[in-house]
Amino acid sequence: MTAINADSLPVLCEQDVVLARQMVRKLAREMSFSLVDQTKIVTAASELARNALIHGGGGFMSWEFLADGSKKGLRLTFADKGPGIANLELAMTDGWTSGTGLGMGLSGTKRLVNDFEIESQVGKGTRVAITRWK
Amino acid sequence: MERIPILRMGEFLLVTIQVDMHDQLALTLQEDLTTQIEKTGAHGVLIDISALEMVDSFIGRMIANISGMSRILDAHTVVVGMQPAVAITLVELGLSLPGVKTALNVERGMHYLRGLAENGEVGR
Repeated sequence: MTAINADSLPVLCEQDVVLARQMVRKLAREMSFSLVDQTKIVTAASELARNALIHGGGGFMSWEFLADGSKKGLRLTFADKGPGIANLELAMTDGWTSGTGLGMGLSGTKRLVNDFEIESQVGKGTRVAITRWK
Repeated sequence: MERIPILRMGEFLLVTIQVDMHDQLALTLQEDLTTQIEKTGAHGVLIDISALEMVDSFIGRMIANISGMSRILDAHTVVVGMQPAVAITLVELGLSLPGVKTALNVERGMHYLRGLAENGEVGR
């Protein structure tokens, strides 16, 4: 698997969340994703960018284009240096909420993408990587 | 400060969301709309989201909140024009917007609100 064209954007304020999803829309269009797939990854990016801002105190989004044989993918990584998530299993449950959302953020986001990886260390931060394959 | 305009059309309020909203803008709309319902005594609110290319859990919650708040203020809300890709994504995300009345387009949404008015469902 090869990765090309990696770059990143900061997510430090609410407007950055909007810019992040506009960037993801542009990247998904460049990859000729279908409209539904574009909408799914843009929505997933919006959820994760907001999480990085609200729960992680800000962070960044990075992206790379993947190629695996004939498959092409867009991989997005959201990283913050916030308080981290103590119980990942619980945080991934439908309906569980830290109090500011609907409890659909992480579990719902996972359903919108093909690959979902999350790493979190209490006191150090959280890193979520998602990939949508075409 | 940036705001989403709220238009008055007879006894109804009309909101057309044409920008990619950051969270604060969505919250401001929620406040402005409830203020306008109280001020105008409107019994119906039509929210056109046909220009929205994405509805995430925050915006979904804002739409559900507006619907619930307006109902308490004696107004019915109808959300119109959701793009099919947005509807597919919302349901997969886990939000089916229970309690939110939707219509395919502005015309059908207005028809619904007028029907409520004529049947005396509103204004009591």
